[in-house]
Amino acid sequence: MYKIVHKKELNPSVTLMSIEAPFIARKAKAGQFIIFRVDEMGERIPLTIAGTDPEEGTVTIIFQKVGFSTIALGALNEGDYIQDFVGPLGKPTPVEGKKKVCVVGGGVGCAIALPSATGFKKAGAEVTVIAGFRSKDIVILEDEFKAVADRFIMMTDDGSYGRHGLVTEPLKELLEAGETFDEVLAIGPVPMMKFVAKTTEPYGIHTSVSLNPIMIDGTGMCGGCRVTVGGETKFACVDGPEFDGHKVDFAELMSRNATYRGREAEVTANHTCRIEKMGKELIK
Amino acid sequence: MANMKMTKTPMPEQDPKVRARNFKEVTLGYTAEMAIEEANRCLGCKKPMCVQGCPVNVRIPEFIKKVQEGDFKAAYEIITSTNALPALSGRVCPQETQCECRCVRGVKGEPVAIGRLERFVADWYRENINAMPEKVESNGIKVAVVGSGPAGLTCASDLAKKGYKVSVFEALHTAGGVLVYGIPEFRLPKAIVANEVTKLEALGVEVMTNMVIGRVLTIDELFEMGYKAVFVGSGAGLPMFMNIPGESLKGVMSANEYLTRTNLMKAYSEEADTPVIKSKAVAVVGGGNVAMDAARCAMRLGAEHVYVVYRRGEAEMPARLEEQHHAKEEGIEFKTLCNPLKIVGDENGRVCGMECIRMELGEPDASGRRRPIAIEGSEFMLEVDTVIMSLGTSPNPLIRSTTPGLDTNRKGCLIVDENEMTTREGVFAGGDAVTGAATVILAMGAGKKGAEAIDAFLNK
Repeated sequence: MYKIVHKKELNPSVTLMSIEAPFIARKAKAGQFIIFRVDEMGERIPLTIAGTDPEEGTVTIIFQKVGFSTIALGALNEGDYIQDFVGPLGKPTPVEGKKKVCVVGGGVGCAIALPSATGFKKAGAEVTVIAGFRSKDIVILEDEFKAVADRFIMMTDDGSYGRHGLVTEPLKELLEAGETFDEVLAIGPVPMMKFVAKTTEPYGIHTSVSLNPIMIDGTGMCGGCRVTVGGETKFACVDGPEFDGHKVDFAELMSRNATYRGREAEVTANHTCRIEKMGKELIK
Repeated sequence: MANMKMTKTPMPEQDPKVRARNFKEVTLGYTAEMAIEEANRCLGCKKPMCVQGCPVNVRIPEFIKKVQEGDFKAAYEIITSTNALPALSGRVCPQETQCECRCVRGVKGEPVAIGRLERFVADWYRENINAMPEKVESNGIKVAVVGSGPAGLTCASDLAKKGYKVSVFEALHTAGGVLVYGIPEFRLPKAIVANEVTKLEALGVEVMTNMVIGRVLTIDELFEMGYKAVFVGSGAGLPMFMNIPGESLKGVMSANEYLTRTNLMKAYSEEADTPVIKSKAVAVVGGGNVAMDAARCAMRLGAEHVYVVYRRGEAEMPARLEEQHHAKEEGIEFKTLCNPLKIVGDENGRVCGMECIRMELGEPDASGRRRPIAIEGSEFMLEVDTVIMSLGTSPNPLIRSTTPGLDTNRKGCLIVDENEMTTREGVFAGGDAVTGAATVILAMGAGKKGAEAIDAFLNK
């Protein structure tokens, strides 16, 4: 069992939690992920690591309550325990040896873009961060990004904060103005990553995207997370999660991610809480 | 008085029509009377060939003699003197190619049902006594076992009995490896595996789940932590695909994924959160035991048609005869001499069919089996909405890629010497991680040998 030592609501749908997991905290690097399971009958859900505190022995995750299991996790509080927490999985972001980097985060993807941006900065790179959100009220981690980035550009879809527009717009402007980067890293919704990759492609700038496909074990055993990259089948859990954005088959990824969507909606609508049910049976 | 019947005492099993739709165990096991009746078929050979066929050398005639006498406790003790996990091996061992095929009674008629008797004794003990093993006085020497499948469990158990302080590191959230993620509940109830793990813990073994060695800790770090030897029993978990068009469509998955969803994550239960695809018609590609397991799971999950598609003939199928027989009884249709060419999807990217070609057998190939050759112009479409690839697995690269000095062969299998030691001093290995995908009992045998080798190494 793994203890939730800290919980903070970053906005109405995004939660930060620090979980007691000393082995993982000591080892995890930016870009790697964990898999959690809320309870005995829960799913295994992958989440990219948002931060670690090796001294305290905790791992921070930031997640959006969108699906059945993230909603269940979000319902827990400080002091509660979750059944399983395993990691660090996947390969870390290769932060070394870059002079000039642009990190692009979209929505809750910003949570995992931050440790990579920090990693690049620590490794000596000049870091530009472009963060995009739907609107002002869901902006997260602004101060943290500002503390790390040499240049920080805030974008909102509705113009309620920062600049009005998509993250690809300032990126395109920079590139058109002759700016170059050794590396662009995009983390966010699949369509956003796809368009960031499209934007950089004409300039031949190496662009990595962090993928989060359907996954079970996270160790290369099930192959559920397979993605096509440059015509080759790769397993996101062991070969990734970061891949060359110019080579990823995004259409296939989006299609595969929808495999269980109908069933998920059905379950979320019809679910009766197991704890509630257990309680009722106990009272009986 | 010896029972001279030519056939084995039948073992009761669930009716095929009923069991094809539930996940309860298929075979129900002998009663004490049946066990004694079957035990009486054993002639107690002076030179028992059966023992030689057993990878862990169970003292077969001796335990059977105790069954004849109705002393099941003594029978259990004889079995467990060489085999730590009889409830498992009695169920999933291919006895027909190991012990039973060497039985003298098999020369004329059927051999003694050694597997059924072993299972009976193990089940009887669990149901009637189930004494937890007593801790042996510790010698304080720490040994790490990576993986909690049949190799790891056996190795850990044998080392603990010798007094070592053993820690087992399991990557998944439940201990048991392939016994819990791969082999379905209806062939090996998970409660039995859990009972074996509890027994291991009673011996003082520390079982740590959610520990992916190679990621959270490397083998080198285990040595730094004070472990004096490491046994790697990490299995062969990496699934293969065919690399034909359409394999990325929704509804195509590896047998590993399908079985893991169904078994480990218990997707067959309404209570479980993990989904598994609800299929009408399923094609399982491959002819091994894993293919049979996947096909039989598909039937139990409610499919109307389940096909096993295999490119060679039925005689060449690597699956145990008993598994093939059970699968057919449950209504699974065998499409042998048939090879997939491509998988076809609908407008939503979901599988709607698989194009196959008929095959014929030519000359024997390197494996000694007759090579399948496509019959030109014999293409046809199999209407399915799910395709499960069961083409075999290879060892996971996670440990070899994070451990300097650990050599592997071309297939990624760890290279070991005659003492199960890898190319790294103090690192031993066994089971599928060394052999590639094989059987539970061979892995148990390797775990046993590994424990002996580690003991010898540490006492040098």
